[in-house]
Formats: sequence, structure tokens, C-alpha cells
Amino acid sequence: MKFTWFHLMPYRFLPEDFKEKYHSVWVDIPRDLYDPKVGHRLYNDYLDQLEYADLMGFDGLGVNEHHQNAYGLMPSPNIMAAALTRRTRNANLVVLGNSIALYNPPIRVAEEFAMLDVISGGRLIAGFPVGTSMDTNFCYGEVPATIREKYYEAHDLIIKAWESKDVFSFNGKYTKLRYVNLWPKPLQQPRPPIWIPGGGSVETYDFCADHDYQYSFLSYFGYIAGKKVADGYWEVMAKKGKELNPFSLGFAQVVAVAETDEQAEKDYAAHMDYFYNRCLHVYDGFADAPGYRTVKTIKAGVLGQVGDRAAMRREGLKWKDFIDQGYVIAGSPKTVRERLREAMKSLNCGHLMLLQQIGSMPPELVRKSTSLFATEVMPHMRDLWSNFEDRWSPKRDLPQADFAKPANVHFQKTETNGTVRAAASASAEVRSSK
Amino acid sequence: MITTQKVLNGKFSLEMHTYGNGGEPLLFMHGAGGLMPVEPFLEDLGKHFKVYAPQFPGYGDSTGNEYIDDVADAVLFYHELMDELGIPTANIVGHSMGGMLAAEVAAFDIHRAKKLVLIAPAGFWIDETPIPDLFAAQLTEIAPLLFHDPNSPAAQMMTAIPSDFKALETMYVERVKRLATASKFLWPIPDRGLKKRAYRIHAPTLLLWGDDDKLIAPVYAKEFTSRIKNSKLELIKNAGHMVMYEQQEALVGAIRNFLKG
Repeated sequence: MKFTWFHLMPYRFLPEDFKEKYHSVWVDIPRDLYDPKVGHRLYNDYLDQLEYADLMGFDGLGVNEHHQNAYGLMPSPNIMAAALTRRTRNANLVVLGNSIALYNPPIRVAEEFAMLDVISGGRLIAGFPVGTSMDTNFCYGEVPATIREKYYEAHDLIIKAWESKDVFSFNGKYTKLRYVNLWPKPLQQPRPPIWIPGGGSVETYDFCADHDYQYSFLSYFGYIAGKKVADGYWEVMAKKGKELNPFSLGFAQVVAVAETDEQAEKDYAAHMDYFYNRCLHVYDGFADAPGYRTVKTIKAGVLGQVGDRAAMRREGLKWKDFIDQGYVIAGSPKTVRERLREAMKSLNCGHLMLLQQIGSMPPELVRKSTSLFATEVMPHMRDLWSNFEDRWSPKRDLPQADFAKPANVHFQKTETNGTVRAAASASAEVRSSK
Repeated sequence: MITTQKVLNGKFSLEMHTYGNGGEPLLFMHGAGGLMPVEPFLEDLGKHFKVYAPQFPGYGDSTGNEYIDDVADAVLFYHELMDELGIPTANIVGHSMGGMLAAEVAAFDIHRAKKLVLIAPAGFWIDETPIPDLFAAQLTEIAPLLFHDPNSPAAQMMTAIPSDFKALETMYVERVKRLATASKFLWPIPDRGLKKRAYRIHAPTLLLWGDDDKLIAPVYAKEFTSRIKNSKLELIKNAGHMVMYEQQEALVGAIRNFLKG
């Protein structure tokens, strides 16, 4: 069993009456609700938390892309991943991912992912989501009817850019390039592992199965409701004669650990409420632009993640309901161990993506929950799926000796024009002695 | 009458609505919502013209949507359709998105439109008067946007939500199909360059606009009248964007006078 510590990076200070007074947390949320001074603190807290998760032995650190919203403050997850390359050493960087249809030309993603892979010493997991309707159609103006076609074309271009030995031309419908010649190329050859985050679009199962990509189901309904989607995925895999390897499925789950079950409620209930009622308060009209989901998916009856129907289903739920219905796995280490094992077994899932900072949760609680999970839950679940090979994680075959370390930087006061400068003299010594 | 019209040896198969037997041919291009099974205002026009009203590919039973990505594809589709119907030149009437496409058809080839009637057409964007986002509107918000009187029976009927689940699903899927197609011309802003081409329209052109259009405000008429040489505007009183359902008589009268005049 593998564990990715996933951060959404929400804005933690939306007003109490946000759900009643404001139209939507996404797309047209008023800009004056964002205070960049608070934002400065939040980004740095959140990076601290991801670095802490690295220290605590999680397999991956997760970031993702969203636009014009208070739910997740990462228009560019690559910037956060880049910040993580330098102070983390062990965990993989799970960038889940870049909405590849939004980049013009999409080789921008191939380039930035290659940079991240090279800087991090081959630790990148590349995620290719279509992106939510709010992000892609409403914020970035993509035509809903053609976004999937554009996505598939961008995918083909990126893969070819990574794998091709030679300069090539690309004559796509959406992108035309006379010279494609990717510099740098990824450290992982021919390319980093690819995970496809999905919200239940049936086409995505086929896409993953056909390309041997990992399917990451990002749901906020929890593992009980998620079973329908996982079963749908495994059914497609079985039909296509693919190995039912649990590591080819990722699943996102809200997880919160405290000393006891009672303490967990005391600590986390208010923050869950913030998450479900403020972070997910998306105006229904933005949830699903006409044409964003295919008719096939609509007819499959998969419930959207956000919008009125999703909100209705959550309406009036209290802590106990969230627990009972599996939205949240929370409680003492023992409770969490038992529920999680049951959950992962029922989904046949090998990659758990934990949401341990959720909603308005402050740093000290994030640290507690993360620490308890890492020390009292994670070690007891490592045995799960040990008879399967994880072919969807970086091989990490860069020899330790070749693994670059950030050099120590001397800070010394040099009075030049009254400014204080940092000198990196040590850096040069370390590099030249190697 | 509804028949099936094949175009380009079946590349497109159209749900073709026709009204009337005699009179000059009139090609009607519907708006983003598409055609209802019976359109009373077309029935009315059918008393004076031979009306051809195809559901656009992607609407109703009309297929071939995958061959149309943009305005140029749509225009060539209409040119082909007119040739195959044996009406290479005809009176063209378009509403909203259909008005935008009708203007494009007339601009790309100046011989296509004998006379042109544009009812509250899309195709432009004025920063000071943004068009409300119909794609993001919920069913309860649609009637006030489209109608002068959202409580009228016509408005209520158009925005009724079926209580039967199967009917609801059918309606929802059809709505998604139609608006997804419309998004190719209208998303996220319905400006696809008509401003560069509108000067080419030579046909006498009548613009009809509901004086209380809350979707595309009547101020947009100036974008057309200032560019189309032989054009004039008539406002229709007590009508919103769906002029035909609120002021059928006035609308049909204005179209008839213009086309017969």
C-alpha cells in the first residue's frame, strides 16, 4: 500500500455566511475575499506541511491545478512542485496534474514536467486531468464540445515529445508545430509515470486501460459511494483482459486522526463542515457546462462532484453521518486503521491519496493528524497488496551519489550600497569538490 | 411536416421541418434552443411562404455535428443544403444564434440571401452591455432572461421541468446536446469575426428586436445596421428575446411586409 499526502490548498478564511451570501466559491467569487498577506502565510504553511509529510515517510506529495476559486489556490501546481523539489528528498512529487488542453502549445506541460523530473532527481508523477468544467470551460474559456478532443490531442503530442528520439513535426487540429524537440528531456526514461485523475467519466476508464495509466478517482463522497466508480473501472479492466493490479487505482479520501474518536470530532468537525459547505459551494450552473460531460457519462448516472445534486446529497449531514457514509475516515488510530483497510480492500486500491489538511484546518491540527497517521496507521497498512508490483511509481534508480543536494548558503552581511546580500560561497566549494 | 433530408450523400441527415406549400422559399435558422415539434409562428409564415426549417446538426434527430467545428463549416453546410434543396438563393430568416449564422451565410456568399431577416441575432460583443451567460443559467433563471413576461403560459411551457424521471433525463440529454453544439459558435463569447465580414452583406436586411430583450439587448442592433448598407431596425413592443412566442402576430406581420414589399 502506498500513500500520497495530498494538498488542495484552500483559502481558510471565507466568511461564516459564505454559503448563504455568496454565489459561488469558484469562477466568480469576489476578489476582495482574498487577502494576499494571508495568502503569503497560507502558501508557506502549506509547503511546510508537504515538507513535513516527506519527513514522515509518505510515498508521495500531491498538488493539483484549479483556477479562480477559494477551494484550491494552485492555478499552477508546477510552481508548488518546484518549490518542493529543493527541501524534500524522499517522496515522489505527484502533480495531479496539469489540465493539458489549456496550454498553448501543450508542449509547455511536457517541458515543465521534464524540468520538474530533472530537478527532483526523477521523482515526478505526471497527472493529466481534463480539468473541472469550472476551470476549463468557465475560467479558461474552452469550448465544452471540443475540450475532450483537444485533451486527447494534447496528450498524444506530449507523449510523443517525451518519447521521440528525433525532432518531429506535429500537424494536429488544435496544435501545429514545425519543430518539436524537447529540451530538457525527463530524467525518467522514456517518461515519468502517468496518472489520470477522473471524476467518474466512463471514457477515462478506457483511456487508462488502453494506455496502462493509473486511474486516480478524486471524489469527495468517500469510499462507500466511490465503490460504484471503482467497480466500473475494474469491470472495464477485466473486460480488456488487464491485470487487476490495485496499484493501477488511486483514490482520494479525507482522513483525520486524533487520540480518540471523540477527540477527532472535537478537533475536526468544524473544518469538515467548512470544506463541504464553503469550499464546495459551487454554483450549479458552473458545475457542468453543456458538452463537458459526454452523453454516455450522463446516461451512466454518475453524480457530479459539485453542484446542486451533490450539495443536496450532503444537505444536513452531521459529523456522524459523514463518518457513517464514508465521506470522511476519522477517529483514533485504531478506528482509522480498520476503516481504511476495509475501504482499500473494497475498492481494490493501492494508492491512497490522503486529504489531511481540509477546509479551515490550522497547521497544528494538520501536523497532529499527519503525525498520528504516519506513526500509528501507515506502518500497519504497508503489508496490503505486497504481492503486487507497483508499476505506476517512479523507479527511483538515480544512484544516491548522483543525487544533488541543495548546498548550504552562507548569509553574510556585505555592505554594498547599504543592501544585505547572501553569498553562496559554500555552494561552489561543494559542487567543485564532487 | 417533418421529413428526413440527406445532405452530401448522408454525411448529414437532417430533421427537416417544412411549413406551407406555395410561395417563395424561406429558410429559417433556429436559435441555440432549437426547434419545437410544432412552431406556430412558422405555421403562420407557411401561409405565405414555403418554409424550410432544418434542425441544425446535433439538434433533435439531425446528425453530422462532428463535421462542424466553427462558423466556416456551418456556412458551407448551409450553402450545400440550399443547393441540394434547389433554392441556391432564398429569403433567409434567423433567430439569435441562427441570426448570427444567417448573417454569416449572407456575408460569405453575397448571392445566397435574397432578403435577410435577423431576429435578435448573436454575433457581437459589447463590453459595456455584456450578454448574460445562458450556458450557466439554471432552468429557473432562463424564463426571466428570455421573456418579457416570464409568467406567461408560453414562458412557463418552455421552461417546465418534467416530473417523470425518464422524461427529465431525455430533456436534459437533449438540452446538453443542443447547447454543446451551440457552444461551438457562442462559447465563451459569441464573437467569431462577423464584424470583419458583415460589410459583405448585400441583401436588403431587416433587424427585428424585442424592445425588452434581456439576453441580447436591442443596443446590439447598431452593430448590424452600422455595417450592413441596406438595413433597418424594427423594435417589437412588449417582447423579450423569444419574440416569436410573445408577439407572433407582430413578428410575422413585419417579416411578411418586408419580404413581400
